Amino acid sequence: MSANPFETVKEKVALSPVVADEVKTSTCYMCACRCGIKVHLKNNQIRYIEGNPDHPVNKGVLCAKGSSGIMHQNAPAKLTKPLLRVGERGSGEFKEIEWDEAMDLATEWLGEARAKDPGKLAFFTGRDQSQSLTGWWAQQYGTHNFAAHGGFCSVNMAAGGLYTLGGAFWEFGDPDFDRTKYFMMLGVADDHDSNPIKIGLGKMKTRGDGKFVVVNPSRNGYNAIADEWLGIRPGTDGLFVFAIIHELLKAEKVDFPSLARYSNAPWLVIDEPGKPDNGLFLRDKKGHPLVWDLKKKKAVSSYSTSISPAFAGTRKVRKRTVVPSFEHLAKRYLSSEYSPDAVAEKCGIDADSIRRIAAELAHAAFEEEVIIDQPWTDAWGRKHDKMIGRPVAIHAMRGISAHTNGFHTCRAIHILQALLGSVDTPGGWRYKPPFPKPVPPAPKPTPPHYQANTPAPGGSGGFPTSPEHLIVDDEGQPLRIDKAYSWEHPLSLHGMMHMVLRNAATKDPYDIDVLFMFMANMAWNSSMNIPETLGFFTAKNDDGSYKIPKIIYSDAFYSETVPYCDLILPDTTYLERYDCISILDRPISAAHGVADSIRQPVVPLDRDVRTFQSVLLDLGARLGLPGMTNEDGSAKFPGGYPDYMVNHERKPGVGPLAGWRGKKGDQSGIGEPNPNQLEKYIENGCFWSEEMPMEHQFFKHANQGYLDYAKKMGWIGEATPIIHQLYNEDLQKFRLAAQGHGDKQPPEEHRERVATYFDPLPIWYMPFEEAEVNTEEYPLHALSQRPMHMYHSWGSQNAWLRQITSANKLHIHTDMATSLGIVDDDWVWIESRHGRVKGQVKLITGVNKNTVWTWNAIGKRKGAWGLAHDAPEFTKGFLLNHIISDVLAEGHRGGIKYSNSDPVTGQGSWYDLRVKVTKCAPEEAGETEPMYEAFKGPINTDTTLRYGAGMKGTDTGGKSEIKEYIGQRHANAVATPGIRDGHGNQIKGDKS
Amino acid sequence: MTSLPKTAPAKKLGLVIDLDICVGCHACAVNCKEWNTGGKMAPLTDLEPYGGKPDGVWFNRIHTFETENEAGTSRTVHFPKSCLHCDDAPCVTVCPTGASYKREEDGIVLVNEDICIGCKLCSWACPYGAREFDENEGVMKKCTLCVDKIYNENLPEESRVPACVSTCPTGARSFGDLNDPDSDVSKLSAARGGFALMPEQGTNPVNRYLPPRPKKTGPTSPDDKAPRMLTHVEANDDKAGLLASWVDKILSA
Repeated sequence: MSANPFETVKEKVALSPVVADEVKTSTCYMCACRCGIKVHLKNNQIRYIEGNPDHPVNKGVLCAKGSSGIMHQNAPAKLTKPLLRVGERGSGEFKEIEWDEAMDLATEWLGEARAKDPGKLAFFTGRDQSQSLTGWWAQQYGTHNFAAHGGFCSVNMAAGGLYTLGGAFWEFGDPDFDRTKYFMMLGVADDHDSNPIKIGLGKMKTRGDGKFVVVNPSRNGYNAIADEWLGIRPGTDGLFVFAIIHELLKAEKVDFPSLARYSNAPWLVIDEPGKPDNGLFLRDKKGHPLVWDLKKKKAVSSYSTSISPAFAGTRKVRKRTVVPSFEHLAKRYLSSEYSPDAVAEKCGIDADSIRRIAAELAHAAFEEEVIIDQPWTDAWGRKHDKMIGRPVAIHAMRGISAHTNGFHTCRAIHILQALLGSVDTPGGWRYKPPFPKPVPPAPKPTPPHYQANTPAPGGSGGFPTSPEHLIVDDEGQPLRIDKAYSWEHPLSLHGMMHMVLRNAATKDPYDIDVLFMFMANMAWNSSMNIPETLGFFTAKNDDGSYKIPKIIYSDAFYSETVPYCDLILPDTTYLERYDCISILDRPISAAHGVADSIRQPVVPLDRDVRTFQSVLLDLGARLGLPGMTNEDGSAKFPGGYPDYMVNHERKPGVGPLAGWRGKKGDQSGIGEPNPNQLEKYIENGCFWSEEMPMEHQFFKHANQGYLDYAKKMGWIGEATPIIHQLYNEDLQKFRLAAQGHGDKQPPEEHRERVATYFDPLPIWYMPFEEAEVNTEEYPLHALSQRPMHMYHSWGSQNAWLRQITSANKLHIHTDMATSLGIVDDDWVWIESRHGRVKGQVKLITGVNKNTVWTWNAIGKRKGAWGLAHDAPEFTKGFLLNHIISDVLAEGHRGGIKYSNSDPVTGQGSWYDLRVKVTKCAPEEAGETEPMYEAFKGPINTDTTLRYGAGMKGTDTGGKSEIKEYIGQRHANAVATPGIRDGHGNQIKGDKS
Repeated sequence: MTSLPKTAPAKKLGLVIDLDICVGCHACAVNCKEWNTGGKMAPLTDLEPYGGKPDGVWFNRIHTFETENEAGTSRTVHFPKSCLHCDDAPCVTVCPTGASYKREEDGIVLVNEDICIGCKLCSWACPYGAREFDENEGVMKKCTLCVDKIYNENLPEESRVPACVSTCPTGARSFGDLNDPDSDVSKLSAARGGFALMPEQGTNPVNRYLPPRPKKTGPTSPDDKAPRMLTHVEANDDKAGLLASWVDKILSA
């Protein structure tokens, strides 16, 4: 105390408080990005979560979602005990039961179905990061009715990529942000994958030697920092890309040498309309496609080492009329219907801008080559003394995929990359191991076997390459409950989870006994057409029984879906369990090396819940599933999921985790199980990564060294080049079937559709909803996207994140609003052909004038998520899902209720929505509609949250020297002389 | 009322924030909240965390808005805002108790909660709205520049950085001594035209914002050699001519 009462007390600031008792590493699960985290713990509570600087995905950074993990763990919506429904479905009336009873019930229900026909179980998982386990479990159980939620999410991106380049955007490929000179991003709504894109954009812009162009109806998020924003009209990206290709072809700004080596552009296509093999490649006796060699003046195998192939010209070869596939491609896109002038109005982008973008792309690709002085050997044994890069990189996501024309648009984007010769070159878009894989990868979907208590002979998913691979009966009718792999959506690689409830409730194509779901909010924002979907949950037969007899659901939180299910198996949070991010599944690799990772429990369990994956293995053992049971009938993985992660072998030596395999832990990729594997992962920060030598890092599709390595690691069957399929013969096979050729032909009602949409080269067509509705009546496109701080984040209405966004508004262009007499904050009806929803507007100028958009999944249903009933999420937040139909308008297509999905892949087309916007009557303003009855769910009414109040640490008294931190230090050091190179506050060459 | 340091601090620790690459993701705001709710000013109280009006104490907030220049071109701006640790901090001089003060050794502006009477004069005086009143505790709280993190010997060296800086995914945030012209942050700010926010207020903020770079709406190269339009091989629109020219041409040489 100071002697002078008027003198201010000088504060002694604790500069070195003890932060934590313990720091544990793990992997984030606040979205699908899977960043490495360091969790600081105090008294078993989380003090602080930060990014792991050593982790290959995020390199120390952490987004808003990851940083709010504390509030995820602290959420009042966490389930605490198994629940058995006692009231009607939808009421939320449950009784708590013990795990013994829950497991007995689940075993009984699943066992009964399996004893009848394993296909009577529909097992659908949502944002599942353990699909290599869940898919394998489904196979062991014997059901073909399995998928995750990729069909709703973004299968068009996976399918478009895998059927063209053998890789795909996001998980199977990345832009080369270190070297690119021109980065174009289409339809990316602050999404996949969150931190790597942010890191990359920051790096590229800081380096300052490239251009960043975005093609997006909205200018929010990433789009705001682009050099150029092209506010395209939704669903027209395909036309925009075609116009660019049109310009490139006319100027011969196409990488012909690259196309000759790495693509099927010169392959000869049979050109004999009406013949059963019209449009297929002409092959030699070994099955190798042929090309016309201009020097040798004869047809030779496309696998020949040295060829000078023709890219155009009709020729007679082996008595067949053939043309190089490139001629088909060139003819199509040179057509005047795809000139910039012809597409400009439809796209909402002026023709001069399209021409300029084409010129800039060509300039970057061909005049700004990036060269790495690194010799490498291609798959034909030719040695190259350097790696020549065409530094144009492209990334695309939801804005492309969630349209009924998304598959073809995605293919068009990949073809553009191939034409520019930039695929997997320095500065281009690069594959991430274990990709590339053959185009498409080899596995095929397995049909139902109808054998009681019998595993399926193969996995339910796969990559059809001809009609014989479809999962249909002799009449061509669907055999999967979601109608995936049927003539309605032949390449639905990720299944069609969004159709399961409708199909099961209407018993079309048949009824099921048990629906088992995991982590999928099907009664709310993971479905289109919520009003009717809720009806499917509750639909009853005449005898009063539910049409979907039993529904088992596992989740960690009280979501809108919980009250609609019968038996709830409460899951753990990502901070409470072991988990694995496997290369058998959805890898976290980077373009320069393979990686996988684990989660470990960082906080102790404080309630009666179990890890879903362990529960699944336990159920498997109780059901006697072969892979999960020893010969004596005992459980094969009594230690649950971590036991499986270490000891399960898919093939000899191949397990869920690729690192530290073998008894001594000295093998990677393939090796015996290592009992100390998890310890090794934990020691290394819960991840494993293996950087490839530079000579393997590029041209992976045709780099012999890489291909040999990939074969050794078990990722590809043969170390042969992976040829880019610009012209896709597999698609043509489906079209030929629709034209009346072959044994397996589509039923009459689907013929025209298959013939139209299985074009071997990308086509553009108006999104179905736009084509079906009166566009004068519904003049606006309506989109929904997640805000960056919630993107792909599920599980709870997080106390911190909801302070940033707890209600959403409809963003509308100022000019459009003015014409409609609408001002900021007005309440409006947003009406589609399917229904209407009420919300408030926000006027902006950074949006395509014919488009409105809002944040998705902010609006919630009363009674869910532990929120008080006056929460803005309930009263003001709204979902567009209510007014998106899950089926196409009836009567337009022979009375068939086709899913509102891409006709090739079954991707849910929630971006096709058309609406009109009208101002509400004054008495209607103030609260959103539809307003559903509240569930009887738990409610948290705390008035204050003082998290961290008792966590101040004791000061140990020290004070370290300040070290400067420069964001993007390396790029800044390149751009600004004098700034020291390194990373963050670590200076290169400075050992301290 | 409360004095600023008699001699200017030797160090002026602060942030440099790059508006060219900030994407408005809120990572800095949430990571800040997370660190500081257990830090010097713990807790950063939240009111009605699951109720109708959720509202809490945040040291850092992100504003996203649209602006229009004189030519009528609009742009979307992401603008993170926290305490700027001003040299002439009006929040300090207005404080009646000495609770609000500027550290002599590094220039960080802090609040001594023990003697804060919650009169809110400082929040009225701050032209940036950077102060946050904790209704529950009745005291003023604010950004500490993570004073309990940046010097902390109990953390690994990589973590001795303000939370908002090390977590920023785009790398838009840097931290260092802006009083030292040879520091990396000073060089970065100088090279990029770093500016002080609202200098007319006379507060002399330490933090600097880097303005967005000029948009490259035209060609990619700085030397401006890129064409605006490709030269078509065929002058007319006849695709047949172009295709015919390829029939016997070795294009892949």
